[in-house]
Amino acid sequence: MQITVTVNGVEYTRDVEPRLLLVHFLRDELGLTGTHWGCDTSNCGVCVVLLDGLPAKSCTVLAVMADGHEVRTVEGLAGADGLDPVQQAFSDMHGLQCGFCTPGMLLTSRALLDRNPDPSPAEIREAISGQVCRCTGYENIVRAVRAAADRAAEAGTAAGTVTS
Amino acid sequence: MTTHAAASTPLGFGSMRRKEDARFLRGAGRYLDDIVLPGMLHAAILRSPYAHARIVSVDTSAAEAHPKVEAVITGETLAGLGLAWMPTLSHDVQAVLATDKVRFQGQEVAFVVAEDRYAARDALGLIEVEYEPLPAVVDATHALDPDAPVIRDDLHRTDNHIFDWEAGDAAATDEVFSRADVVAECDLLYPRSHPAPMETCGSIASMDPVSGKLTVHTTTQAPHAHRTVYALVAGIPEHKIQVIAPDIGGGFGNKVGIYPGYVCAVVGSIVTGRPVKWVEDRSENLMSTSFARDYHMHGEIAATKDGTLLGVRVKVLADHGAFNGTAQPSKLPAGLFHVFSGSYDLRAAHCSVTGVYTNKCPGGVAYACSFRITEAVYLIERLVDVLARDQGWDPAELRMKNLIRPEQFPYRTALGWEYDSGNYPKTLRTALDLAGYAELRREQAEKRARGELMGIGVSFFTEAVGAGPRKHMDILGLGMADGAELRVHPTGKAVLRLSCMTQGQGHQTTFAQIVAEELGISPDDVEVVQGDTDQTPFGLGTYGSRSTPVSGAATALVARKVRERARIVASAMLEVAPSDLEFVKGRFEVRGDPAASASMAEIAMAAHSALELPEGVEGHLDATCVYNPPNLTYPCGAYVCVVDVDPGTGQVTVRRFVAVDDCGVRINPMVVEGQIHGGLADGIGMALMEALAFDPDGNHLGASFMDYLLPTALECPSWELGETVTPSPHHPIGAKGVGESATVGSPPAVVNAVLDAIGVRHADMPLTPAQVWRAMQGRPLRTDLSVT
Ligand code: FES
Ligand code: FES
Repeated sequence: MQITVTVNGVEYTRDVEPRLLLVHFLRDELGLTGTHWGCDTSNCGVCVVLLDGLPAKSCTVLAVMADGHEVRTVEGLAGADGLDPVQQAFSDMHGLQCGFCTPGMLLTSRALLDRNPDPSPAEIREAISGQVCRCTGYENIVRAVRAAADRAAEAGTAAGTVTS
Repeated sequence: MTTHAAASTPLGFGSMRRKEDARFLRGAGRYLDDIVLPGMLHAAILRSPYAHARIVSVDTSAAEAHPKVEAVITGETLAGLGLAWMPTLSHDVQAVLATDKVRFQGQEVAFVVAEDRYAARDALGLIEVEYEPLPAVVDATHALDPDAPVIRDDLHRTDNHIFDWEAGDAAATDEVFSRADVVAECDLLYPRSHPAPMETCGSIASMDPVSGKLTVHTTTQAPHAHRTVYALVAGIPEHKIQVIAPDIGGGFGNKVGIYPGYVCAVVGSIVTGRPVKWVEDRSENLMSTSFARDYHMHGEIAATKDGTLLGVRVKVLADHGAFNGTAQPSKLPAGLFHVFSGSYDLRAAHCSVTGVYTNKCPGGVAYACSFRITEAVYLIERLVDVLARDQGWDPAELRMKNLIRPEQFPYRTALGWEYDSGNYPKTLRTALDLAGYAELRREQAEKRARGELMGIGVSFFTEAVGAGPRKHMDILGLGMADGAELRVHPTGKAVLRLSCMTQGQGHQTTFAQIVAEELGISPDDVEVVQGDTDQTPFGLGTYGSRSTPVSGAATALVARKVRERARIVASAMLEVAPSDLEFVKGRFEVRGDPAASASMAEIAMAAHSALELPEGVEGHLDATCVYNPPNLTYPCGAYVCVVDVDPGTGQVTVRRFVAVDDCGVRINPMVVEGQIHGGLADGIGMALMEALAFDPDGNHLGASFMDYLLPTALECPSWELGETVTPSPHHPIGAKGVGESATVGSPPAVVNAVLDAIGVRHADMPLTPAQVWRAMQGRPLRTDLSVT
């Protein structure tokens, strides 16, 4: 099947098997290996991307379902002027260790801040609760998202959104 | 309490942002499955649906006819090459692909190599295997029954017994027990669990048919040990094998062993002449790669009536699965379990451990356990609580009264360990103060009066990490020592090459900081190279929290060697005797004339220049070192957990968790705290959620993340950390290691808290709502078996 998907602002047209998962489309067809894969049952969330701006588990979406839609992956988070504030905050607060869950966590955090620029720690925990991190114990991820929100508030930007 | 990276890079120790973050934040990490080699094929494994069955026939013809299939490898193919069985890390053998029988559900039966990953999976369905099911041994407590089916007939065994092993003085311990005023005993199961790193295991084998060189990219925590094992198993000369560990998406011990899929990938590459990638899926990870724990323990603790602990006695039944593949130092079949006298000044202690085969997956050390110290700490910390409960003593006071005192260090335990240093009462006091222990007990009493279930759990642990010494500890005959090589380039920038392998611990940053501390250069100017056996010195790798204690020591010592060479070069530059020079961070100064000095960069350039060098240096600025630890290091910690239990549902909420760790000198406090956070989450997972159980036929009941539950952000509280710092006297920088401390110390704190809340003497982990509910009714479950 021929599909056209916009990924990080670039339009890609490819012929794919109907059963191809979006995660494999991104990784194997487009070479965007920042999106990871970690389970067979839609539980771990290391595959999370933004599909039309909302977090989606790309292992649970067929590539053909993304036809005509917009996907944003971790490779598309940093803007021309550098890292997204969420990326910077993850490093500042040590919100990542092995880095395997990190792309998914970053994208969910970005989507959260886009709709709620001032989330409480409980709201942050709720937002990332569909994703597992085996390394950080989550606390520093929560602190990172809060730090990104604080920095955006100080800078007077809308939760530090980098317009793309 | 808040962790902040320092604004500027410290010239040595201190919190700083991690150098590895830059690539991970951009999705530019390079994990195993991200690697694509030219002409690479993809593989999948057909696994046994039965826990125990005879293989009658395997028909691969339909799979071989699949247009995208390049090769199908069976046990028979391997038998023809002498590769059907491989040695385990514990002097047993394990089937690479089954030939005679399958011995656990999920065991490897056939290996398909195809053009793409989907085709490889499709072809699995085309293989016909006829099995003759056999009764399975599932319950370890019946593995030695006279009528139990024999699992290892391949070894001509007549029963399922693997080993008996003991430690301590049995007679002295019995004597202590016979004179004790009070004794408490308890049966405890530490259930089978799984490290389940977010990235599963995999490898890409590539045999160059012309040069005969085998390159294996693989998810390994121990690249050098893997290379040697490949050489021994496959008979390929070791200099023709290059093992490369790329970025690793978490290990926790899961990535120590060599799995059948790795060996099959090598064979697949030899057969097809192309690189072969094999990556397991999640259920394969949970069903067939190294599990952890599975210790059935009967423990007893003896004390005087005034609360002085006297001794501990324990009998363990260890379920090792179908092949004995536990990754322990070879003289120690129960690992370091015999540190179970813990943090207390006991007169005598003894354990006996019996290992048995069952129809379950092999493995048995993984999951951040420091060679079975998780089991040991759980045992002693539960026994102390059980005793306190029986006698109506406060569990925190009982611990405080019996902790080894600071003046007793170095302390020789009843089991022969020499603990290096610590101030245990101070560590416990710090934790109790941080938690507000007395206030918590008051709050609990008030809540109890209202029928609310609040619990407070305390644990104190002593870790023993950094194995060797090599004369006592080896794996497959390889002594547990690690190498480091440091080279300072002419412009003063350096490269450090290590035998250990990071899986997220931040080695790229923290090891650069050790060099920075010793040489006075910026950590940003030190590149850390790991994982590639052609580029790094030999060593046993990263597990058992050994990186900082062993490779960290090697790094400090190699940097000191370089510094002493730099001194000689500087003496030539400044025309003074080496002894007239003083090292002041980053430069050598002439004593009494600090204006006459040379920086490390100037010295490095001089060392590579035309300068006439004095005796003792050959030019250039580099050194190598192999560190053989004189003793283990002994981190410790005191943890306090506060839980609320819903009396209607048995649901546990961890409200607070206070952790005070003493891991000696902290190289990068931010990273240390991150390590502790992760381990605390593991503890909550084990105590409340994670267990691999089996039904009576040996069906695996935890084969996906729907059934094997991992803690999310909702189950974890906001951790409250404190610290005490007692440097290790024998480690060059006084660091003790911290990677597994929290995983070791936290499960008993959580369990003690839950049982304190519901007023039950003991119930086994995981304390799921169902288990808590049953425990409240006086009928706790056997958590390793299916609920009946
Ligand atoms: S890969 Fe686990 S949820 Fe998508
Ligand atoms: S950083 Fe390793 S899984 Fe989250």
